[in-house]
Order: sequence, then structure tokens, then C-alpha cells
Amino acid sequence: MALSRLCSSSSNIGSNFFKPFSSAFFTLNRPITSDTTTTLTIETSIPFTAHNTDPPSRSVTTSPSELLSFFRTMALMRRMEIAADSLYKAKLIRGFCHLYDGQEAVAVGMEAGTTKKDCIITAYRDHCTFLGRGGTLVEIYSELMGRRDGCSKGKGGSMHFYKKDSGFYGGHGIVGAQVPLGCGLAFGQKYLKDESVTFALYGDGAANQGQLFEALNIAALWDLPAILVCENNHYGMGTAEWRAAKSPAYYKRGDYVPGLKVDGMDVLAVKQACIFAKEHALKNGPLILEMDTYRYHGHSMSDPGSTYRTRDEISGVRQERDPIERVRKLLLSHDIATEKELKDTEKEVRKEVDEAIAKAKESPVPDPSDLFTNVYVKGYGVEAYGADRKEVRVTLP
Amino acid sequence: MLGVIRHKTVRPTFSAFRHFSSSTKQMTVRDALNSALDEEMSADPKVFLMGEEVGEYQGAYKISKGLLEKYGPERVLDTPITEAGFTGIGVGAAYYGLKPVVEFMTFNFSMQAIDHIINSAAKSNYMSAGQISVPIVFRGPNGAAAGVGAQHSHCYASWYGSCPGLKVLAPYSSEDARGLLKAAIRDPDPVIFLENELLYGESFPVSAEVLDSSFCLPIGKAKIEREGKDVTITAFSKMVGYALKAAEILAKEGISAEVINLRSIRPLDRSTINASVRKTNRLVTVEEGFPQHGVGAEICTSVIEESFGYLDAPVERIAGADVPMPYAANLERLAVPQIEDIVRAAKRACHRSVPMAATA
Repeated sequence: MALSRLCSSSSNIGSNFFKPFSSAFFTLNRPITSDTTTTLTIETSIPFTAHNTDPPSRSVTTSPSELLSFFRTMALMRRMEIAADSLYKAKLIRGFCHLYDGQEAVAVGMEAGTTKKDCIITAYRDHCTFLGRGGTLVEIYSELMGRRDGCSKGKGGSMHFYKKDSGFYGGHGIVGAQVPLGCGLAFGQKYLKDESVTFALYGDGAANQGQLFEALNIAALWDLPAILVCENNHYGMGTAEWRAAKSPAYYKRGDYVPGLKVDGMDVLAVKQACIFAKEHALKNGPLILEMDTYRYHGHSMSDPGSTYRTRDEISGVRQERDPIERVRKLLLSHDIATEKELKDTEKEVRKEVDEAIAKAKESPVPDPSDLFTNVYVKGYGVEAYGADRKEVRVTLP
Repeated sequence: MLGVIRHKTVRPTFSAFRHFSSSTKQMTVRDALNSALDEEMSADPKVFLMGEEVGEYQGAYKISKGLLEKYGPERVLDTPITEAGFTGIGVGAAYYGLKPVVEFMTFNFSMQAIDHIINSAAKSNYMSAGQISVPIVFRGPNGAAAGVGAQHSHCYASWYGSCPGLKVLAPYSSEDARGLLKAAIRDPDPVIFLENELLYGESFPVSAEVLDSSFCLPIGKAKIEREGKDVTITAFSKMVGYALKAAEILAKEGISAEVINLRSIRPLDRSTINASVRKTNRLVTVEEGFPQHGVGAEICTSVIEESFGYLDAPVERIAGADVPMPYAANLERLAVPQIEDIVRAAKRACHRSVPMAATA
């Protein structure tokens, strides 16, 4: 029962988590404290590497409930992306589908280090980031399948998820564009004195974009609370980082802007880095975080991901550095959960995903009149036309 | 003197009263834009201005003169020469809820930022099904100036005019400049505001209504600058002045031309244009930019689609020459429309360019 209290306070996704075996718990006599204020201090996998700044400590404060929620959320994200893979192959998802499995620790650690008043903006690999910001599975799958209950009402697709009320500004298809946009969000936060920061995520491929440096220059000049986060999964589509960047030390690319290199497969390191970055940005302006991470899937569903990487490399990362496995080991070694409980969590999560997909499949496609909605906020009653102007002619609201 | 001489007919517009007032104030387009910016920044603390030289230099064309002193460096921001970066930042600020006015020193430089204008600004409200609106204004001089050469003379009216999600405005007079800029800043959608460098110093009469801080013109509505019955001439920006002069010359030859100042490229006021053509049965479109896929091409098609039976002559199109803008003054003169080109086209539309008895 203590365990269920711990979990319900930390995770809003895990409401059904402990119901099946809460009765079993009483027989186990586990040496876990029943209050939710237990703290644990765990060391990150490796120390942080810093550029033009002092690194934060590698001792991270966490709690059993936080670690459990990390496990559950990452397992949910993992399952969600794998199920999306199947839906794509079944042709229920069309066009683009960029999957995040392997990189879950970045999304989850960032949530632990920020509030919903902080803003996050990312590129097209956005399903898990959206989930972390409070999006629901049904919204995600409906959007992916182009249905009315999608977070963008079916009009955006995989690359265009948004959740403005919890500071998630998308979901962008043009590589690198989200970084100046993120600096603009930070400008807004400073202008309105909101005491919050923006995390603008981009990949190692986007790290070479000129507009990134233009935006970083302005952010540094104007002291904007912008944190640029390079999710370095070492491949920009099919091009390895060493073939695209003369200097792949992305955390140093800011030159006069401080940077931090973080093990992006260690959710606690990500959390620590984000807390550090937020504090820094509010006082001193922009900072670069480089998350050393990895994606198991190819760039997108059109890319097998094995023509430019060896299968050994992929399975090697899965064995040595998988973010979920890392947390599983921590939970087991600290006696926070048993193997069976964690396996049951994974089964729960799988069921949740399956139910969400079933529900999303029931969502209808958008009404044809939705073709013409949201072109403008204020349409002044102007006319818009369909493919045959004599046939389809509407007045914009 | 542009746009001041009018028919002394009573028209159901406010400007008719101007004839009866004893003193009409004159205002340059520059001052009109400056005062509009000033008033909107004063009214709404979320409005801010950013661009190259807008602050300490008082504006490359002095449009933002005095604003830095009045509103401070937090609201009037000098940017580095990095259009892609600062435009993206402006759009991001608009996402967050601020109301940026982004100045391009000329719209030629907007090409460096066009991805943010189209993909980050114009399409966001649609892609997010209404979650992310972008209340931003992109403004600056557009089209040909004088002797600035090919890279600095491009007209972007049809480029931006083709993109759903954008509103594109092109003021001519000081009244247009004030009313449309205020409307653009208040508008919740991304607006492209195409000014003209050569018009900045032109003076136009402005009424008390125009000078009032609440003055605003509707977006999507053209203005009939001069009423006529024989031929419709559409124009925007500087070409409105040329069209009005052409109309005077035509009047002396017995052709009564109706001059329409488009004011709004997108949404295009098709109903005003078509109503005019249904009255006059002849159309000449005038623009400074390149003809292919231009504004005139769209107007022509709109009239053919909606008013084909009313046309008594093919639609005539006057546009810039199909060449990059040359530098030499005589070549430059040949590359942009002149008043005589508009007159000639109007006469052709009225079947007056060739004597009727030619085919005997």
C-alpha cells in the first residue's frame, strides 16, 4: 500500500499501476519506507564534461517514487514507439514517422528537471517529448492516424504535435528551425518576466545549421534564458557525425557560450543537467547541453537504420547503455521493486498502449469542412477555394 | 503630387468630407508609419519592434525614429545582420504570445528568412489546429527603388501572396500606411506589410479621422481611388500613383478610368475588382514586379472566372520587364512600368490604340 501511495503521487500515468498486486505486496515484507520524502543520492554513470563553466555534481538527488515513475514513463514511451512502428507497417500511419526509442531518458529526465511553465521545443522526433509534457496516448495515436481526436485534430501529423498549455511548442519539420524559435520563446519569457526557461532541442545533424549560431549569438547578446540541447544520437539521418561535422564536440560549439556534455542514456544525469541549466540560464543567459544518446530505429520508418550502422553497434548500445535497463538495475539494487513488479509494469504499459490504439482507431477522420479551418485566426469572411474553385468555395470564419 | 487630385464627385466615403474642410493636414508616408508604430506600441505593451538599425540609427529609412528613446531597448531591438536567426526569434516570440514587428531592411533580405515566414509562421495555426497562433508583422520596403540594381529590387507581392496562412498588405498613401499598419499589428495572424522606399517621402492629405489613434483600415478591402466607367485599372503601392496620373491623361482623351488601389494582396478583394469590371467591361492590371505568376495574373484569372461575360476586351497586364533589374538609368526606366505604358494598355483595352478604319 505504501508503494501505491508513492506511485500515485509521482506519476499521473500510473493510476492503474498497483491495483493488481497491492494485496500481494503485504506479504512481501519489503524494507521500504512508507513516506514519500525518502531521498536517494545516486551517482551518474560518468561525470559531466564542461566547457566554459563548472560542471554540476554527479551525485543526483532522487527518490524511490521518482525512479519508479522514470521506469514506468520510459517503458511507456518505449512501448508507444514500438507500437507506432507496427501501425506504420500496417499503413495506418502515413508519411513521416520518426521514432524515439532509445532516447527516452532525455525526455523523461528533462521533465524531472523542469516545470510546465518552462518551454520545450523540438524537431520532428517529438512523440515522447509530447507525452512527457502531458499529452495522452489517445491524442498521439489519433494524430498519427490522422483522426479527429488527434492533438492537432489530424491536421498536423507525426511532426506537428503541440501542447501550448504545458509549454510544448512542437513538433517542427524543418531541420534547425526550432532553435531560433526556441530562442524566441525565451525572449518572450524574459520580456514578460516569467522566470522560466526554454529548452530548444535539436540533433547532431541540425547542429551545423547556420541559423542555430545566429540565434545563439542573439541569445547570448540579449541574455535570453535559452538552453540549446543537442540530442546527439550520432547520426544525422544516414550520415554519421564524423562525416558531417568537422568538430563533433557539440557542447563546445557555442564558443563563448558555456556547454555541458551529458550521458543522455542516464535519466538522472539528464535531470541534473537540466536543473543546472535552468538555474544557469535564468542568471547568465544561454547554455548548450549535449546529450549523448542513441536511437534504435532508423532515422524514420523509411530508413532501416542498418545501412550506415552495424547491427552489432545497435545491439551493443542496447546491452550496455539502454536507459530503461539502467533504471531497472537501480530499482532492483536499491530494493525499490522486484523483477516481477517491473515486468508487471511493462505488461501494464503494453495494455495501456493497446487500449489507446484501439480507442484511437475508433476516432473518426476529420470532417471535410476542417480542410478550411484554422487557416487564419481571423478570416474576415474571405473566400477560400478547393481544387475545383467552381465546386468548392468556402468563407473563412 | 500623388493621389491628391480627385474627381469632384460626391462619393459615399469619409474622404468626401475632405473637400469641405478648410485645412487638411499633410503627412508623409514615413510619418504615417512612424505614428502608427508609436500608437500601437503605446496601446499594447506586447508589441515590440526588431530589425537592423531600428533603434540607435533611428531606422535605416527613419521609419522608427524616436521609438527607441520613447520605449527603450527592451521594446526596440537592434539585431545583428542575421535575418534567419532574428526572424525565427521573432516568430518564437509570437508563439509565446508577444506581438513582434520584424523589420526587413528590404524584402530582398526576407529570402534569408523565408522558411520562418512560411513554415514557422504562416502554417502554424493550421498545423496545430488553432493552438499556436502567430500574431506577427513582417514589414519593410519592397520592390524597385532607384538605381539599386538587381539584388535589391525584387517585388515579393506574388511570392507571399500565394501562401495560405499569410495576409499580405501593400499601402499606397499615408492613410493606407497608418490604417493598414495598425490593422496588421492588431491582427492575430502573420502579416506581410510591403512598403515602398520611394513613397516614404511622399506627402498625402490625412483627415482627422485618419489621425485618430483608433483609426484602422479593414484587411482584405480594396479602395476605389478614382471612379470611372470605361476601364478598370488595378494597382498597388507606388503604381497607384502612376495609375492615377494615367487616369488623368486618359480623361483628357475621353476615357474614364476607374482606379482601384488593391491595399490587400492577400486576401485579394475579388468582389470589388469584379464589381468594377462588370461596370466598365475592361481591365488593366498594373504591378511593378515580374509578370509571370504575378498579382495581375491572379486578378485576370479571377475576372475570367467570375465575370467573363462582362469583358468586352482581353485583360491587359502591365508589369516589370522580365529581366533582373539593370542599373543604368535608361535601362532601369525600361524595366519598370511608366505612366505611358498604363495609358497605352488602357487605350488598347478600349480599342483606341489602332484607328478603327484600318481593316478596310
